[in-house]
Amino acid sequence: MRASRPIAPDLFTWPADEPRLLGSRCTACSTVVFPAASGCPRCGSADVPRHELPRRGELFTFTTQSFLPKEPYTGPETEDTFTGYALGYVALADEVMVETRLTESDPELLEIGMEMELVVVPFRTEPDGTEVVTYAFAPAGGSS
Amino acid sequence: MSVAIVGIGIHPFGRFEGATGLDLGAYAVRQAIADAGITWPEVQFAFGGSLAGSLPGSDESSQADALVNQLGLTGLQFTNVHNGCATAGSTLAMGVALIESGAYDVGVCVGFDKHPRGHFNATPEQSGLPHWYGELGFMVTTQFFAMKISRYMHDHGISRETLARVAAKNFRNGALNPNAWRRKPFNEEEILESRMLNYPLTQYMFCSPDEGAAAVVLCRAERARELTDRPVHLRAVTMRTRQWGSFEVFAPWLSIERGHAPTVDAARACFEQAGVAPSEVDVAQVQDSESGAEIMHMAETGLCADGEQEEMLVAGDTEIGGRLPINTDGGLIANGEPIGASGMRQVYETVLQLRGDAGERQVPGDPKVGFTQVYGAPGVSACTLLTV
Repeated sequence: MRASRPIAPDLFTWPADEPRLLGSRCTACSTVVFPAASGCPRCGSADVPRHELPRRGELFTFTTQSFLPKEPYTGPETEDTFTGYALGYVALADEVMVETRLTESDPELLEIGMEMELVVVPFRTEPDGTEVVTYAFAPAGGSS
Repeated sequence: MSVAIVGIGIHPFGRFEGATGLDLGAYAVRQAIADAGITWPEVQFAFGGSLAGSLPGSDESSQADALVNQLGLTGLQFTNVHNGCATAGSTLAMGVALIESGAYDVGVCVGFDKHPRGHFNATPEQSGLPHWYGELGFMVTTQFFAMKISRYMHDHGISRETLARVAAKNFRNGALNPNAWRRKPFNEEEILESRMLNYPLTQYMFCSPDEGAAAVVLCRAERARELTDRPVHLRAVTMRTRQWGSFEVFAPWLSIERGHAPTVDAARACFEQAGVAPSEVDVAQVQDSESGAEIMHMAETGLCADGEQEEMLVAGDTEIGGRLPINTDGGLIANGEPIGASGMRQVYETVLQLRGDAGERQVPGDPKVGFTQVYGAPGVSACTLLTV
């Protein structure tokens, strides 16, 4: 098996059979944010311990990215090979909405309100062969 | 409010090889002071705004007070303003405050910018975001507009055809505006069939970054008649930032609890200060970074209710001859977006309309009340209310 690493440390639990995003939760006002922050943007408290987010949620909104983004994008595509991807916000229970790539890139197959589930997917491969993985959301029960 | 606009100037919007952002700004200021019938030494203060200096790849001649090298080293108080998409609105807010403080009677506010082709590529670090956020391809402002309008269409029954109607109207208006960048009309079908950039928004529904400048001369209202027999009264100018729960660009997370946009606060305060109701507006310029933004801002400003836009666009209500003309100069869709100049272009157009000088695109029936609204990163909005 090839070596792999998450795109950033402390973003999601990995390796894991059931990975979870890592946010923080304010002890004072219960506000949850993602990624983890050093203070609460709602009440200003600095008591914001790490918090594992729910793995499933509802698609709040979405779009597609149909042109190759400029720097600092580090996806493996070139102008010639770029085919686009979808992204959106998924509302994780009553905790927080997270911005995420979606594994389904056809907008006709995406629908606001649909159930989504966290997955970890390959993003790019480094020159030394290390696979960089990222979090994404897939339609729950879908094949991707 | 006791301030009038007594002079306006604009440099056409588009692409101008060989000219710096400062060159465009100086051109607009010269036009504005000539329109007011004054000379640069009579200008007592100035606020100048430009964003390009902080955007990778944009023109570096972005420090507004360097304009004095071209306009004259008169020693006036000149303040640089750097306030996101509300930069021009912020110059006006401060210009008005300075006159109302009693410090001065006559000043200039100018906005200009010069950006490269393609989408703005801000760095995540500038916005206090982690690097991975940019690596994954989230630092693209157009995605935000697409995701906001997708949800709005779902909640309020707006069709894709109506997105195309907005762009077609703004291209039609731009074709009548000699200062606009895009002067070729496109019909709804061509707009819907142009390249999909961020679903549901196609290429011709978006504005593009470009170059341009606009300026105004502000004057204490009691003295306005000394300079012009056609003063336009700046009845209110307001600027607001995002509150908890608003849906903004470059957000790795959003709260479940949804709040309202900064435009709602800025517009409400603007109408209150002016003592004018949204229903009294005769002509409006609102931020149309893309078609969906114009639709959402119509409601956020209070000019209509959520969901009413579908019927209004079908009926042609927002056309130049309609009951509420919007973006009569073609808006951002036809003029592009030099960020620092964009809000000032709206004020320029509104003054032209209220003076009755808008030529082929003049709103009929002697409009008396004009409203402008800009919105953008990082969650800011500025509005003005103008009357004759």
